[in-house]
Amino acid sequence: MNDTAPLLEVSNLSKYFGAVRALSDVSLVVRPGEVVALAGDNGAGKTTLIKAISGVFRPTSGEVKLKGEPVSFGTPQEARDKGIETIYQDLALADNLTIGGNIFLGREPMRRAFGFLPVLDRKKMAQAARQTMAMLDFHVSRMEAPVSNFSGGQRQAVAIGRAVYWNAQILIMDEPTAALGVPEQRKVISLIHQLKAQGRGVIFISHNLQDIFAVSDRIIVLRRGVTAGERKISETTHDEVVKLMVGG
Amino acid sequence: MTTSDSHGPAAGAASADTNGRPQADHADRAKTLVQRIADLRAWLFLLALILGFEAWARISFGGTFILNPFNLQSITIFAVAPLLLATGQTFVIISGGIDLSLGFIMGLAAVVAAHAINAFTPGLGMPMAVLLGFLIAVLVAAVPGIINGLLVSRLRVPPFIGTLGMFGVARGVAFLLAGGTTVPVNNSFFATIGNGRIMNVPYIVIIAAIFVLAMHYLLSQTRFGQHNYAIGANVQAARRAGIDIRSHLLRLYILSACCAGLAGVLYSARFNAGAAQAGEPLLLDCVAAVVIGGASLFGGSGTIIGTVAGAFVIAVIQYGLVFVNVEPFWQFISVGVVIIISVLIDQAQRRFSGGRQDE
Repeated sequence: MNDTAPLLEVSNLSKYFGAVRALSDVSLVVRPGEVVALAGDNGAGKTTLIKAISGVFRPTSGEVKLKGEPVSFGTPQEARDKGIETIYQDLALADNLTIGGNIFLGREPMRRAFGFLPVLDRKKMAQAARQTMAMLDFHVSRMEAPVSNFSGGQRQAVAIGRAVYWNAQILIMDEPTAALGVPEQRKVISLIHQLKAQGRGVIFISHNLQDIFAVSDRIIVLRRGVTAGERKISETTHDEVVKLMVGG
Repeated sequence: MTTSDSHGPAAGAASADTNGRPQADHADRAKTLVQRIADLRAWLFLLALILGFEAWARISFGGTFILNPFNLQSITIFAVAPLLLATGQTFVIISGGIDLSLGFIMGLAAVVAAHAINAFTPGLGMPMAVLLGFLIAVLVAAVPGIINGLLVSRLRVPPFIGTLGMFGVARGVAFLLAGGTTVPVNNSFFATIGNGRIMNVPYIVIIAAIFVLAMHYLLSQTRFGQHNYAIGANVQAARRAGIDIRSHLLRLYILSACCAGLAGVLYSARFNAGAAQAGEPLLLDCVAAVVIGGASLFGGSGTIIGTVAGAFVIAVIQYGLVFVNVEPFWQFISVGVVIIISVLIDQAQRRFSGGRQDE
């Protein structure tokens, strides 16, 4: 379906915790503008897989290639620097800061007041925030409001906006719709469509088959640490996916 | 098929936010108005207090309270030490911690400054001895700050416990160094700094004002300040954003200890003597000033501007009650009531802005 060079290639990845095999020989390819869903029961290895990709720990064996080059990340920061950003369930936002403050958290732009005094460049932060959020079709007039004033879906958009601003090529989203109401879920799904249209790769973990079918191109089902199956969304059904998950 | 370069408003955009947008924006505006009023509450408190004492003074003996320059001067001098402690405490409380050792770090610095200035005065002359004594006192004050910082950041001791331990240690060391008594200073230059004034403004008030202004800049305009707020709101988020939490906390507790160190030196200058118990009654006052100033003890909010008002609220209550000749024990009661009212306002505000608008 998509012949462009893959953004991310994971081949034969395994992870052991002592004698416990959490993940065995899992492979995965994400191409630009592609949304790959990861599904599976609790303990199937979804989280282990994304942690191995995003630098939380190194895989025991196997290879991760980013745009054709082998990579090995010691920390999530290294992965982030290379353009792999993980959006966590709990959002990882500082509620008391503005959208701009969150986007630039840890790498705030500075300017010189009166020609010598270094101060935070809030104007630049607000501007970048406004532009980034507009790219995600999210418009707010009050850029100086703390993000605690926004709804769950809007906050999810801020977390995604931060990744987009720092030019993440691969976004890993762990249950991005789990804690949200139905209209908010729709909003997040449309955000993922935006990311897709911008040519980014998305790995999307969800328990919600409806969401998966609404937004993904392919689905990879894990079961007890191995790949139970990989399907194109256009060629599979809810029933088949559920069977793969429970091992029918 | 999906690698088309269709940037901008793409297909999925239309479906999502037909209803949520204007509503949420409207809510933002209303909430921030409430927040703004709540942020100013310490200044409103202060204004009400001053007007109250002024009315009392005029009605009961036909005098003036705040327009009397002597009163104004006394209140500002009175506020210097609690304000300096509260400035350091503001940073710590915003980060989600608390520093209980500040009062005795101040005492320690006061004693060290007295000893050091006495030791250097014969050899180096008065101004040089004061400068060196000041530096040594602040450096010594930084030591318990370093230990606090290491305890909290490396050993993950809860700030309440770690700094409570350091409260005891600093107290004991200060009394040991002072020999259980006060240490008089023989340096008239130091006494001038402590009691002199320029155009009726005491030097120590000027020094404190400049320092507090610098701290306001540090909190509101620098990365250090921004990270401090982020850590107080969500440590996990701060860590994921690549902020070095351990080094931040270490610097944070050193900073608060240095604030207490400066307060101690100014105390010695004002009384021309160092005393280990210099900051003993100020510990709770400084926490109270921060809370009255609008910071939340849960971390994540607070400003130096608010803390300044909080410190003056306490100073005005304490001085004002003496001025109108009420039994001094009423000070405790009124400061206590103001603290409780402040926390109630904080919680009401929290309830207001905490309930997020769901689309």
